[in-house]
Amino acid sequence: MRHDEEPRIGVFVCHCGSNIGGWLDVPAVAEYAGTLPYVVHSEDNLYTCAEDGLAAIRKAIKEQDLNRVIVASCTPRTHEPLFQATCEEAGLNRYLFEFVNIRDQCSWIHMSEWDAATEKAKELVRMGVAKATRLVPLDRSTAPVELVAMVLGGGITGMTAARAIANSGFEVYLVERRSVLGGLLNRLHKIWPTEESPRQLLDGLEADLEANERVHILTGTEMVDLKGFVGNFDVTLMPVEGNGDGLDLKVGTIIVATGADEMKPDGLYGYGEVEGVVTELELETMLREGNLPEIGNAVFIQCTGARGQRVTYCSRVCCMTGIKNAMELRELYPEASINVLYRDIMAYGISYEELYQRARVKGVGFIRHPKEEPPRVETGPDGKVRVTYRDVILGRDIVQDVDLVVLSTPLVQHEDAKELAQMLRVPLGQDRFFFEAHVKLRPIDFASDGIFLAGTAHGPKDIEESIVQALGAASRSLTFLKAGQVLSEPIVAVVDEDSCIGCGNCIEVCPYGAIELKEGGKRGQVAEVNPGLCKGCGTCPGACPSSSIQQLGFTDEQILAMITALANGGD
Amino acid sequence: MTKDESVLIIGGGIAGFQAALDLAAAGVQVHMVEKSPSIGGRMAQLDKTFPTNDCSICILAPKMIETYGHKNINVRTYAEVQKVSGSIGDFQVEILQKARFVYEDKCTGCGACMEKCPKKVSSEYEMGLADRRAIYFPFAQAVPRVATIDKDACIHFKTGKCLLCVKECQAGAIDHKMEDEVITVNVGAIIVATGFDVYLPYEMEEYGYGRYENVVTAMEFERIINAAGPTHGHMQRLSEDKGRPKRLAFIQCVGARDVRHDRPYCSAVCCMHSTKEAMLAREHHSDTDSWIFYTDMRAFGKGFWEYIERGERDYGINYIRGKPGEIIEDPETKDLILYYTDRETREVRALEVEMVILATALIPRADAPEVAQILGIEMDEYNFFKAPNVMMSTDTTREGVYMAGYCQKPMDIPDAVAQGSATAARAMEAMAQNPKGGTSQKEVTA
Repeated sequence: MRHDEEPRIGVFVCHCGSNIGGWLDVPAVAEYAGTLPYVVHSEDNLYTCAEDGLAAIRKAIKEQDLNRVIVASCTPRTHEPLFQATCEEAGLNRYLFEFVNIRDQCSWIHMSEWDAATEKAKELVRMGVAKATRLVPLDRSTAPVELVAMVLGGGITGMTAARAIANSGFEVYLVERRSVLGGLLNRLHKIWPTEESPRQLLDGLEADLEANERVHILTGTEMVDLKGFVGNFDVTLMPVEGNGDGLDLKVGTIIVATGADEMKPDGLYGYGEVEGVVTELELETMLREGNLPEIGNAVFIQCTGARGQRVTYCSRVCCMTGIKNAMELRELYPEASINVLYRDIMAYGISYEELYQRARVKGVGFIRHPKEEPPRVETGPDGKVRVTYRDVILGRDIVQDVDLVVLSTPLVQHEDAKELAQMLRVPLGQDRFFFEAHVKLRPIDFASDGIFLAGTAHGPKDIEESIVQALGAASRSLTFLKAGQVLSEPIVAVVDEDSCIGCGNCIEVCPYGAIELKEGGKRGQVAEVNPGLCKGCGTCPGACPSSSIQQLGFTDEQILAMITALANGGD
Repeated sequence: MTKDESVLIIGGGIAGFQAALDLAAAGVQVHMVEKSPSIGGRMAQLDKTFPTNDCSICILAPKMIETYGHKNINVRTYAEVQKVSGSIGDFQVEILQKARFVYEDKCTGCGACMEKCPKKVSSEYEMGLADRRAIYFPFAQAVPRVATIDKDACIHFKTGKCLLCVKECQAGAIDHKMEDEVITVNVGAIIVATGFDVYLPYEMEEYGYGRYENVVTAMEFERIINAAGPTHGHMQRLSEDKGRPKRLAFIQCVGARDVRHDRPYCSAVCCMHSTKEAMLAREHHSDTDSWIFYTDMRAFGKGFWEYIERGERDYGINYIRGKPGEIIEDPETKDLILYYTDRETREVRALEVEMVILATALIPRADAPEVAQILGIEMDEYNFFKAPNVMMSTDTTREGVYMAGYCQKPMDIPDAVAQGSATAARAMEAMAQNPKGGTSQKEVTA
């Protein structure tokens, strides 16, 4: 192995256009790197990540016989895999690559300090070189993938995902807490823009699922325990009611499609206090069951509880739900006055803008009010509901006694989502919806491999968008199922069984449940890390009182070398 | 099991990458065809992305390189699909590989040729705000990093002379005699992800685009504030003074939600990108002030409304509900005066600014009808590709042909990524159920 020989380090310092080069002296940093011990090659590149930059790395590895490579640039979050792969292509173990972050942690935060930023970049490179001399090659191992998927949540999203996976040739378990499939769609009257009953959509899907022998529908069932890791999850399922038998499953991937609830706006606009004030879903139930009272006039109040009232976010679908139902009332009661009170109409895209236009043509009134002046709702005379609202066009308050007030409330995460999140070891965002791996480029992935996210569990969205995410999550699952094996990262914790005292501190601090005690060692029991579960977070080495845990890729020796290089200065 | 499966993807932007990478990871062979000399698409032109303000090319470049380098993905740039026959499970596709007059395997990407090339033409990537040469990389991070000769611009093709690039090229990679090639591939499914064009509002004379130098489109402004852009990241006016604009006005819904120009739809991303651009302008120079003129503030995505509130609170963005009726340029200063009705106060007002950024409609690509015809798929009344079943929005009107991203309807990047994955799933379903040469044609309905 080349790494056993004396280190021959190549350092590539990136301008990142002007992201780095505009704020510190990149050529000077590259030149300085060339003076450091074991560095036999250094250069600066406009974009090290561009094709010519990568070619320069490959060329230097071959021509200069490099056995360590350092790139000083943006951030390992986005670019480490790329540079590692480049090293690998040139025949160097990918773990003999070291990243030095001189953009996010230097140029971007010291934009007005050219000299000091340049000095700091040099210091960061010096530390990187010190660590690189102590890098050792590591190997990624492969593990087989259980060729079965599990979908949590049997609404339209989960059903669609399950069907796509089964159609592609794999077994899938569809797990739903309630006794029926269909989720929130069961409570809708009509769906937009097809104006058909949700039943039609659900019946078709359900028939497909039932006809497919690879689909196992488990209604009235919930997950109570989850162990394992991508390709190899151990799931325990239990009936929600009664004390029936549990079911243990081995699955390769998991899709979280647990949906959302409609917010009940207790205390807002008379909800729960004034008769005749209902939510959109309550109205849809009345429409479905055909037990609406005679309506001469109705008012819809958008953004009830949303955009700063109870939750911070816009719930994306409530404008359309409100308009859809306003149109429905318009059809049923052609003489009635139907007004929608709104802050902004979120009729994005093509079909929603069309619906909005059509509603206006049909005579649904749209009256905007500023956020600061929300409508007021109270009990009116003769069993009516009195609504007082600001009309900004007229510039005055309007008082209207109406038969029905419909509150458009946001979709919210289930009350008990936190429990599920903890079981899955995935995060919830500030809005309490499940939090994806990357807002822009990984909207349906979790940071944890093998677990995916779709539908309103990710945030409010309409049926069509939920179906897109469902298919997307199915595809993400299929990347593992069809590949049949997974590569595991070797950046994991390892235990020195000779010095481990078996205290179990590491087990308590491990957020991934990756450590267990086993018999052995001098003191009877020692810690053992399951490398499949370990995410290399680095918590346990810090908690170990006997310094018996090292994290590969970040060993004590490597970290101390960096600190020493910093403390000793450049000489 | 998947050895014989292959899929064609048309369009090398973010939606296409996601589809390609999913399929490739699942062991499916992917043929990606991109019309321009580099993959990357629109996202490569953006400075930052909302609502995280991540640097766009920084998060995109690894995807570009991963796609290009993946052993299961065969990327053809400067190529177009010209004929499709067959049916789901078994399509025959003719790809026209246009001659780039540079051998991909010989070009080292050194760029020496383009330093010597005497012919300058306007750069598509820089939205015409800078020049490129007749032999060029579309942008610094182009993938592949192979020069391309623009035949229409190259002096040699007009006069038979010049050839300075040939003399300069140490690798002997340039060959003006190179000819177009036609390649045939056989695939089980096709994904179209061809993206969008930017509406240029010359016809909306009230805003003076094309007449007033300091009235630009949002996409032009992305380039103006980009560190690698035509002004090297210096916020600059396009008028001769090249002054730094301290007062910016953003006008929303230009050519969108516009019945007058038969474009009633909402482009779905502009409220957000104007807010982003106003934030970035303030980050460039803390004395920059911005006014955003809007109709409805459509901040409906995850974290979007919070982003707008941050813009108002932390970046001092002035949001004004109302659309300017007219812009007048001060011929001396080249400053711009906007006349508008403030819909909150119902007053007619004027605002003087130093630059105006128009959030113009994003529209179907000009070549969408041609692509639709070649693929045998239908379009909607605006030329977006049509989904016959709105609940399966990534399915086109032809079985086995799927679509992702803005070519289908207005959407943002995460939605385009989700659609990219969704089309990959549909393609895998299609191939599993219609093995090559098989007769099964099971229809999937939603």
